[in-house]
Amino acid sequence: MSSKHFRFPVFGQVDYFGQPQHSAASYTPSEEKQRTTDPIVTGSSVIAIKYNGGVVMGCDTLCSYGSLARFNNIQRVKQFGPKTIVGYSGEHSDFQSITQLLDDLVIDDQCIDDKSQLSTEEIWNYLARVLYNRRNKVDPLWNNLVVMGFDKKTDKSFLGKVDLYGTCFKDDYIATGYGQHIALPLLRKAYSPDMTLEQAQKLITDCLRVLFYRDARSSKRVQLSYANANGMEISAPIELETYNWDIGEAAVKSFDQV
Amino acid sequence: MTSVGSGYDLSVSTFSPDGKIFQIEYANKAVENSGTVVAIRAKDGVVIGVEKIIPSKMLESTSNRRIHSIDLHVGIGIAGFLTDARQLVLRARDEAKQYKQVYGQPIPIKVLSQRIASFCHAFTLYGSVRPFGCSITVVGIDSYGPQLFLIEPSGSCIGYFGTAMGKGKQAAKNELEKVKFADITCREAIKLVSKIIYSVHDEVKDKDFELELSWISTESNNVHQMVPAPLKDEAETLAKQALEEANM
Repeated sequence: MSSKHFRFPVFGQVDYFGQPQHSAASYTPSEEKQRTTDPIVTGSSVIAIKYNGGVVMGCDTLCSYGSLARFNNIQRVKQFGPKTIVGYSGEHSDFQSITQLLDDLVIDDQCIDDKSQLSTEEIWNYLARVLYNRRNKVDPLWNNLVVMGFDKKTDKSFLGKVDLYGTCFKDDYIATGYGQHIALPLLRKAYSPDMTLEQAQKLITDCLRVLFYRDARSSKRVQLSYANANGMEISAPIELETYNWDIGEAAVKSFDQV
Repeated sequence: MTSVGSGYDLSVSTFSPDGKIFQIEYANKAVENSGTVVAIRAKDGVVIGVEKIIPSKMLESTSNRRIHSIDLHVGIGIAGFLTDARQLVLRARDEAKQYKQVYGQPIPIKVLSQRIASFCHAFTLYGSVRPFGCSITVVGIDSYGPQLFLIEPSGSCIGYFGTAMGKGKQAAKNELEKVKFADITCREAIKLVSKIIYSVHDEVKDKDFELELSWISTESNNVHQMVPAPLKDEAETLAKQALEEANM
């Protein structure tokens, strides 16, 4: 500015619409690349356990925008093919992209029409390959995936996990997100492989309830999914029974109790 | 053939003086040598039937398939060179996948057919390539209901209620013209297609054939698949009976 004094802009003298004049040329490398460095819309924990005749998975239906409980009714589990269900924590949009990938994979397999279908383990392994490949490009798909299924021919349950680094393993009980810290110790204590469906359901809902109390990114609106000899099922959302806050009585009367 | 030796049949890039591209005509001849394919668009879906001629008794029954699924809601029936058609099938699968990725919904049958047809047509334009030696029917159900398209080596793409290609094309078409397409159901169409294919089969020239039947209908949950064994067996028995009665 030429004048020492500040000049108020006068209509007709200021070019508001011209090219912006930068003092220094901004440098844009031609190889610039966008990556996910942190997730935006996220789901919290997924918990799943094997019981004596199949697998149960539980998760809430909340997708948070940072700390804001933004989307209350999003199904965080999806079925792929006739014998596999995948649940996810982490970035919602990344899972949508994975959904497209798996749907294409399942349709390709079906088009071959050779009476062979992708097993749950194959889908789990494929996911591990995809996520590991993306992590090696330093452009991860920001998800923890829980893969479960039941093969009617062999009568075998499958439960496995893949994380955003491509780490994958199978286990009898799996928890992701905050559940890794809060639900997993509870599962270790309460789990036994010969649980009935009812016991497994109760264990899952108890874990989800504790998570609802302790994890600020969770909700009490939850969905249970089942894989067993009757096929696959994803239940409608249910509201967890929680402490009745209406009574006006403190949940913890004295901290001596705690 | 008049074209032979005239020089106009050497390349697809030259018209003959009477306005023909002989390489396309020859491609059509390749289709006419193939087993008959009949397709019917019924009110609740579409049915394809193929007379798959078996060149050797040692062949496995599932080899050389002439009906393929493209997506859950699309199927293709083939007359002519299988190898050429397989290229179109792979292309169609890619197109269907690409459409779904871009628009987030299954590809309409018409759009898919036109894209395959454009691909075929590109092979009628350059001297360095030959046309596809096959015709295909593209069938499926989309938001416009049941659809049936026929794509020829020339790259033409036309919608039909019922159509036939291959050896018994003319006889099959004569039968199809009697059909009331507005009233017929897929279950009836399966029987009719089988009957037509059995009746046009030439036992003297081609000994064995296998009937391939596929359908997409509300009964198959709008998914293109091979017709279930009980339905197919029933249709085949009826077709054989009808053939015996006709021969008596």
